[in-house]
Amino acid sequence: MQDLSVSQLAAGLDRGEFSSEELTRHFLHRMQAHRELNAFITEMEEPAILQARRADQRIKEKKHGPLTGIPLAHKDIFCMDGTKTSCGSRMLDNFVAPYDATVVRKLEQAGCVVLGKTNMDEFAMGSSNENSYFGPVKNPWNPGHVPGGSSGGSAAAVAARLVPLATGTDTGGSIRQPAAFCGITGLKPTYGRVSRYGMIAYASSLDQAGPLAKSAHDCAYLLQAMAGFDARDSTCMDEPVPAYTQVLDEPLQGRVIGIPDEYFGTGLRPEVKDIMARAIAWAEGQGCIVQPIRLPNTELAIPAYYVIATAECSSNLSRFDGIRFGHRCQAPKDLHDLYRRSRSEGFGTEVKRRIMIGTYALSTGYYDAYYLKAQQIRRLISTDFSKAFETVDFILGPTAPEPAFKIGEKTDDPVTMYLSDIYTISVNLAGLPAVSVPCGMHEGLPVGMQLIGNYLTEGRLLNFAHQYQLATDWHRQCPPGCMQGSHGE
Amino acid sequence: MTAWEAVIGLEIHVQLDTRSKIFSAASTAFGAEPNTQACAVDLGLPGVLPVLNLEAVRMAIMFGLAIDATIAQRSVFARKNYFYPDLPKGYQISQYELPIVERGRLEITLENEVQKVIGITRAHLEEDAGKSLHEEFEDFTAVDLNRAGTPLIEVVSEPDMRSAKEAILYMKKIHSIVRYLGISDGNMQEGSFRCDANVSMRPAGEDAYGTRTEIKNLNSFRFVERAIDFEIERQIGVLEDGGEVVQETRLYDAGTGETRSMRSKEEANDYRYFPDPDLLPVVIAQDMVDAIRAQLPELPWEKASRLSTEYGLKGHDAETLAMSRELAEYFERTAKHTDADAKLAVNWITGELSAALNQDHLEITESPVSSTMLAGLLNRIEDGTISGKIAKDVFRSMWTGEGDADSIIESRGLRQITDDSELETLVDQVLQDNPKQVEQFRSGKDKVFGFFVGQVMKQSGGKANPKQVNDLLRKKLG
Repeated sequence: MQDLSVSQLAAGLDRGEFSSEELTRHFLHRMQAHRELNAFITEMEEPAILQARRADQRIKEKKHGPLTGIPLAHKDIFCMDGTKTSCGSRMLDNFVAPYDATVVRKLEQAGCVVLGKTNMDEFAMGSSNENSYFGPVKNPWNPGHVPGGSSGGSAAAVAARLVPLATGTDTGGSIRQPAAFCGITGLKPTYGRVSRYGMIAYASSLDQAGPLAKSAHDCAYLLQAMAGFDARDSTCMDEPVPAYTQVLDEPLQGRVIGIPDEYFGTGLRPEVKDIMARAIAWAEGQGCIVQPIRLPNTELAIPAYYVIATAECSSNLSRFDGIRFGHRCQAPKDLHDLYRRSRSEGFGTEVKRRIMIGTYALSTGYYDAYYLKAQQIRRLISTDFSKAFETVDFILGPTAPEPAFKIGEKTDDPVTMYLSDIYTISVNLAGLPAVSVPCGMHEGLPVGMQLIGNYLTEGRLLNFAHQYQLATDWHRQCPPGCMQGSHGE
Repeated sequence: MTAWEAVIGLEIHVQLDTRSKIFSAASTAFGAEPNTQACAVDLGLPGVLPVLNLEAVRMAIMFGLAIDATIAQRSVFARKNYFYPDLPKGYQISQYELPIVERGRLEITLENEVQKVIGITRAHLEEDAGKSLHEEFEDFTAVDLNRAGTPLIEVVSEPDMRSAKEAILYMKKIHSIVRYLGISDGNMQEGSFRCDANVSMRPAGEDAYGTRTEIKNLNSFRFVERAIDFEIERQIGVLEDGGEVVQETRLYDAGTGETRSMRSKEEANDYRYFPDPDLLPVVIAQDMVDAIRAQLPELPWEKASRLSTEYGLKGHDAETLAMSRELAEYFERTAKHTDADAKLAVNWITGELSAALNQDHLEITESPVSSTMLAGLLNRIEDGTISGKIAKDVFRSMWTGEGDADSIIESRGLRQITDDSELETLVDQVLQDNPKQVEQFRSGKDKVFGFFVGQVMKQSGGKANPKQVNDLLRKKLG
């Protein structure tokens, strides 16, 4: 059952082969049986059963949609009314959200059954999930390795077949890189395609929510329900949402694919490069036109990102002051002591590091040299992409320079850690959509390719990914320890 | 001895009278139970986002047009970052580099009838913070976030004022503009209209500015005047003792009438302004500006000039009336119902009526004497039924609710005595009763004449027509 696609699950529910409650119990059981992965911060067994029963009722009354009764997990960055929403932080360990994020509300209306809230790097800051207050998530393919981050819990849960669908957020690669590390499909939509309301902000101008699932087809269903205008988010686009599942079968013949030199330089593991070459060859076989392109400002993306994202986060995280919600230190002496200790105790090392970098970058005397300069670079990077999209439909390359690294391998060296997002970060700076698709394995660990499209071309990206997945079975691979019957199931 | 010149600039915060807050749908009404008018957005809960209230933008544009300013086609909201318990997000959404209103001007009329132009650097939109309550809870500070997110415009003047009096004239004019435009209730007790004053001193005739201090949060015209006057004297004292003024923020203590240091420049916050990524730039089309301009109400100076031409009022009278839209409207309604000279109406409105309102702490709109009632009283003065002196008594009776002028005059028999024979009897009686004074007058003591008038008026219970009494006395004594 856990290997079925969303459309297969929907069909099974529709035909009465199984109920949503049975489906939910099946996945709840898997979730509980694989707690060693540490993919969930909050398990929601009881509310899930109730939601499943309501979904069964809707299905019986024929008032259901394609996602009614399908289990789902939310990254613990989305506020959910009456549910702990920790954002992976001690700061919010005691925070029960009093309202629903728009994404949560939309998926509830679609009839999804929420099994739990997934683990993540604290406040979405990290590329390995090692920055979670609730401990690192293990990669289901090899528990000694990281699942990627920051949506590592969501990616691991989907890869381990603990849930068919999961939401994630992507500020610099936080959907695509864990999707690649865990061998699943993850899409970061165009900035403004999905509402940010109720999604705890890391870097507001870069954050974007998106789907994680086994396949592009499943992602299409989930994105369909997540996307759309929301009057509560001023940066949300007022553009119609196309029927993503309707465009998946279009032929790829004649599509032009750009291969950026800059994504294949030093730092890329040769084995990953070989895997990419095979994916590119496949595209050519489909009648795609492959051509080299240049994205000359790529190397500036990481420094620009770490100024803009940290500047925004230093301000976004100011509301966590111990006054109204979240962690408050014991017996504060005075106001200053309350601020200092609540924040020192509530935030982890990486969050503090980024708050300090961002505070510095915005300070009088440094603003022009750092923040303004980074914004200029951001425009250059956008221009690189818009020039490229004058001649190509897609840009293709690796999602990450290497497969999932070992837990602890990069924790002492933040800069090396930051470099693992080198291919994903510029996409956020430009606000473009991109999808990561599993396309090979190396030493038992998945490798992902990233396909970048022009604004609002999510349908075309999913179309390419779906065609690729019709021809390959990398997305069907299941981590050995997570197959039916293994490990105490 | 150096002659010093004060250089003063004001930052006025005006709460806009929108129904909901600038970035959320919560109500802005004043006086609700603490924290009942603060929604998730106002509380700065994790994940919430601001959405701009276009009504606040419209009001800011109205203000900009009224002060003849440039309305920015594109303005940008920025975050002003600092920690304070009544600032829920740890930053205030304001405007920094690109405000919505720039380069305005305002004319004030000084006491010597000289017109002076005060430059307005900018007016920007921002959200108000909540309120910290220190008194009511021992060992704790309580926070009420009802006010958090109330829309404000901050109006920043050029340092063009040279005395506390000028500053007050400017501030009152801004106050009258926002009241005329209907964009703020201007209520200073409730904090809807408050002011920071920047004050520095320089030797008269010099161009360079001295070091300034900023006096924060002044919420009455009187406090602004006193605080500035105190600060001017204090700075002169420092300078004449050979000291230097320290750039700092100061607080005015209404109890002592003094200002005291709050924090120095070194302790000042670095607000780390940057454009708010949650909000798009505000783009204003010329069409919108034109439409708002077409709907602007009559402004104080327009009203003053119309009152002066339509009613033949002197410039000063017209401006005094026009300072308050309600006062001017009261005047116009009164004038419509009386044939009396408009000047008489002005005198009564700015004299008796204003004094009575002040005494009872009432607004003109709450006056127990309506414009029609006042007009009725003026008509009786005009047609000689009562004297000005009796009219004051009648006015007081009207004020306490005894009815309109005619019924009070009738029931109390206050009608003026104009019958010549009746008056002659009174005059004769007075002359007869005071032979010594008659003797004095005849021997050249002109001053005694007033005594006779007074006596006749007294005998008549104030009802004798004073002009006729005068004439009669002159005839009899002459």
